[in-house]
Amino acid sequence: MKAINDMSKAGAHSISRRLFLKKTATVGAGFTLAMSLPFAQAARQAPLADQADTIANAFVRISPDNSVTIIIKHAEFGQGVFTGLATIVAEEMDADWTQIVAEAAPADKALYSNLFLGAQLTGGSTAIANSYAQMREAGASARYMLVSAAADQWQVPASEITVSKGQISHSAGHSATFGNMAEAAAAIALPEKIALKDPKNFTLIGAEWLPRKDVGKTDGTAVYTQDIELPGILTALVAHPPRFGATVGSFSDQKAKALKGVINVVQISTGIAVIADTFWNAKKGRDALQINWDLSEAMSESSDDQMRRYRQIANEEPGLSAKAQGDLENGFEEAVQIIEAEYEFPYLAHATMEPMNCVAQISDTGVELWYGCQSHTTDQNGVAAVLNMTPEQVKINSLFAGGSFGRRANTHSDYVIEAALIAKANRSKAPIKLVWTREDDTNAGYFRPMYFHRLKAGLDSNGKIIAWQHRIVGQSVLTDTDFAAFIENGIDSTSVEGATSLPYNIANFAVDLNTVESQVPVLWWRSVGSTHTAHSVETFMDQLAAATGQDPLAFRLAHLGEDERYKGVLEMVADKAGWNTRQQDGKIKGIALHKSFGTYVAQVADLTVGDSGEYTVDKVVCAVDCGMAINPDVIRAQMEGGIAYGLSPSLMSEITIKEGAVIETNFDRYQVVRMKDMPAVEVHIIPSAEPPSGVGEPGTPVIAPAVANALFAATGKLHTNQPIGRKV
Amino acid sequence: MQISLKVNGVNRKIEAEADTPLLWVLRDTIDMKGTKYGCGIAQCGACTVHLNGVAIRSCVTPINQVANQEITTIEGLETVEGLAIQAAWDDLSVVQCGYCQSGQIMSASALLAYNAMPNDDDIDAAMSGNICRCGTYGRIRAAVKQASQAINKEDA
Repeated sequence: MKAINDMSKAGAHSISRRLFLKKTATVGAGFTLAMSLPFAQAARQAPLADQADTIANAFVRISPDNSVTIIIKHAEFGQGVFTGLATIVAEEMDADWTQIVAEAAPADKALYSNLFLGAQLTGGSTAIANSYAQMREAGASARYMLVSAAADQWQVPASEITVSKGQISHSAGHSATFGNMAEAAAAIALPEKIALKDPKNFTLIGAEWLPRKDVGKTDGTAVYTQDIELPGILTALVAHPPRFGATVGSFSDQKAKALKGVINVVQISTGIAVIADTFWNAKKGRDALQINWDLSEAMSESSDDQMRRYRQIANEEPGLSAKAQGDLENGFEEAVQIIEAEYEFPYLAHATMEPMNCVAQISDTGVELWYGCQSHTTDQNGVAAVLNMTPEQVKINSLFAGGSFGRRANTHSDYVIEAALIAKANRSKAPIKLVWTREDDTNAGYFRPMYFHRLKAGLDSNGKIIAWQHRIVGQSVLTDTDFAAFIENGIDSTSVEGATSLPYNIANFAVDLNTVESQVPVLWWRSVGSTHTAHSVETFMDQLAAATGQDPLAFRLAHLGEDERYKGVLEMVADKAGWNTRQQDGKIKGIALHKSFGTYVAQVADLTVGDSGEYTVDKVVCAVDCGMAINPDVIRAQMEGGIAYGLSPSLMSEITIKEGAVIETNFDRYQVVRMKDMPAVEVHIIPSAEPPSGVGEPGTPVIAPAVANALFAATGKLHTNQPIGRKV
Repeated sequence: MQISLKVNGVNRKIEAEADTPLLWVLRDTIDMKGTKYGCGIAQCGACTVHLNGVAIRSCVTPINQVANQEITTIEGLETVEGLAIQAAWDDLSVVQCGYCQSGQIMSASALLAYNAMPNDDDIDAAMSGNICRCGTYGRIRAAVKQASQAINKEDA
């Protein structure tokens, strides 16, 4: 979602950092504060806990039991946002980490928008970056109120009061917990400007090994969508078309309805839903349906044909210019050596461990949803449209999501709308739990698009790149979505991100894009455009280095532009991985460098290649510069996980399509990295005082070229296509 | 049909079709939601439980095959190995999204019960049936070793 990120930067900058807080209601002994963000005109009441005697603003709630609940506006799907945002608030409050509890925010665009994206949405590795200032001010505001209340109560100047680890103290012997002072603090009016801490006094931000706040995940108590229990809840499975573009022609539900536990069968726009008391009965009911699919509009193309089509387009059509500088033609004319390469990237499924699912219950006043929601605003709008409601009538209970990697920020709210449609078609107030099987999940598509790339470079007699032409062919993930406005002059920048802004300084440079159509639905996939552009650019760099007899590290360093942060991660990773002594050490290593979502990552992969071409990725050293490190361990975890996620398509994952149908519908065919495939990972974080940038995605795109480059170094064979396969 | 099940030491009589996978009886019939559905074909390990102390995939285990046998789920994991595994998981912040982790923990605790000092190859063999898309494998490996050390220290 880089494009959206970039497009909305102007908006982000225009947003004042100052928060306005105002008193809106009094409830019992305590009261509620609503934090009105400048772009949200109407300040509304923030979520309340069950207890009335609680002080709150939109992001902080303090209970008399001394627990401090931080309301997290972003989806937690493993990336650590509960921990990250809570750290920032707790830091400014001077809270004790053990008293902090994190809780998912409801859908409320006015209160909980992503300040970079203008909607309540988690994506583009923006959670920390867009929230950093906001969470600091939320925490500092709460602290101000607590301190002011203590000053009033103790009749001492606020400036003499200290707060440390959740204890409010004064040298005259006064002391109170946050819980003690919560009620009095509720009466404190806030000034327009809240002083923030000097970062040099941070104790939680940057601290090592803070326990995570997304708890309940090691004892089975964490609640995911399928775990929701509501009175009268029913399970729905949907028979979906076997090919993209197919629809229901006719069907018979007679046999299904005769089965035990099957309660209803309803037709919806996406297929036939069987509603039953349990999953297994719903599945048996679905298996018993007799459906004649209307294949008249069904996709008939196979992915092999599609790639041939893409290649032909690359040969015959120039495409639209995504970036052009210098004089490319002249650059190639002056070159003493011209190198070309072609690259093929397959469709990829997100394959979250938790398949898509959603609970929906329609009432007289609206609809209530329970699921691992990632894109609150889009989903509210989408569901409201199909149910003829207003977005405000769509209440979302955000649960932990069992992974997303982009899948749950669905531009068409696919599975969420499906759940709502089933609940509506069932004409009952029973809550409906839509469960997708793994096959349903994969067959729905919304894949990382297939791409074809061609790269051509001209080098001068000094081995410097003087001309670079990059052509990309593939589907756009933004076409026909609410985000289509971000396509500028026909260029979906998410298709070319990572290709248009290289770390390298090349005088004559052009990137062009051919956006093509297919019936396969596509979507952003962890690190989006960089999933393919980093691979082609970085393996091409090694090809060019080899063609001119240069070391891959030295070749990169020689081409770096003015941005020193690239150099920082490159030198760090080379040092930590022993790059310059690899030949003496007898190690096969590959290096790669890439920036995505504002974060700089360099990786070195260590491989062992056997005599018969089998190989293992033994170790990966990763250097990351994401600005100020909020939670070093979360950053490490995201680099480790990002590497594992990127290693799957590098080595083994691909979705192929035969005559409009997905072949790899489950984990028997859709191969992903397992324990035995996982390298040791060592992460080094560059110390920085720059504003924090994201870490969820930037670790992912760098590993594939690092591995391919190591194999190239070992065997002399280029690995331009993904996946490489188990043998070389 | 009526089937006698022993789950986490408690005997229950439940009503289910003979071919119903244990996973769905646990989740839908006796409301134990800690065991997860991931693939339905014993490829991902999210549904791992113990049958007589051995890790099995409950998504492909018909209920009539496990009547009256000792079934342990994440909710009832109270063995020395299980507790050591959970403690190590928390200590090393293994978990990300968490959806696969009940299964990972059940596989890891069964491994330790069988082999208290597993090496890397043992861990690969025992844990490669459990997919984690968040890629927590490195931490799982470290946590299995830490739990192993904790158990062996206790025994010493």
